[in-house]
Amino acid sequence: MLKAIVYVTIKENVLDPQGSAVQGALHKLGFPEANHVRIGKYMEITLDTNNEQEAAAKVQVMCEKLLANTVVEDYRFELVQTVEA
Amino acid sequence: MRTAVLVFPGSNCDVDCYKAIEQTLGTPVEYVWHQETSLDGFDLILVPGGFSYGDYLRCGAIARFAPVMDAVKVAVERGAFVLGVCNGFQILLESGLLPGAMRKNTSLKFICQPQMLRVARNDLAFTAEYAVGEEINVPIAHGEGNYYCDEATLEELKANNQIVFTYAGTNPNGSVADIAGITNKQGNVVGMMPHPERAVSELLGSDGGKRMFTSVLNAWRERNGAVIG
Repeated sequence: MLKAIVYVTIKENVLDPQGSAVQGALHKLGFPEANHVRIGKYMEITLDTNNEQEAAAKVQVMCEKLLANTVVEDYRFELVQTVEA
Repeated sequence: MRTAVLVFPGSNCDVDCYKAIEQTLGTPVEYVWHQETSLDGFDLILVPGGFSYGDYLRCGAIARFAPVMDAVKVAVERGAFVLGVCNGFQILLESGLLPGAMRKNTSLKFICQPQMLRVARNDLAFTAEYAVGEEINVPIAHGEGNYYCDEATLEELKANNQIVFTYAGTNPNGSVADIAGITNKQGNVVGMMPHPERAVSELLGSDGGKRMFTSVLNAWRERNGAVIG
């Protein structure tokens, strides 16, 4: 089986209020080098297939339709092989 | 005029919407469960606030795939009036019936307060009884009402006169161009973060939202040549 690992983040040119707040906290904690903090989502999806090409095509549709709102979010994903449970 | 109040798992302003119609207009109003596939016969569709599907993933992201949302699209095409409030607005954005998306409030806080709005246009079914530039008191209650659209979309909204309400005074949530509510190009779908259904009587602190409902009833009457509701 394959596992899709999906990352969804706020687009670079869109203000990320959570990222800004966390960046401010990091600066206060003494990490002035911390910049461009972006908060996102991490998702794991086990797919009942071993066909990587088919899986990639389907995960892309999942991202476009539901997992990301492409008005404000970017997404990327990778596929990894999992051991049969 | 027959009104449908949509109900999703997690809606919590559905009763407020129902009561606003019942007590402000006295016209027929029904709850419609999210699994329904038809909205035939309804003239006004209210998409209420709340936390549909627990706001999981994104506000409105899962509700937009409920069967009733396909019926909403059909109703929009036949010209029915649709008002999405708060989570209802978020659902309309996720479904693509209105452009843009929501982000968390810049303060990262859930804001619940009376809010002054400025009416940007009164040539719509929902706003005919207001004056352009009029300021009205309509409460807000949201954590993610920070409306966003890109520059090109904002220019399009302005060019098509699709901005209906803006925040007067300090913008509470950081929304682009102080936007509180927008409409589609046809003008029959309005989405807004403030809650007009919670502002239909001075007993509630304000009746600033009441004329949205009386306006749409009058628009329906004009459209149908009816003298009663």
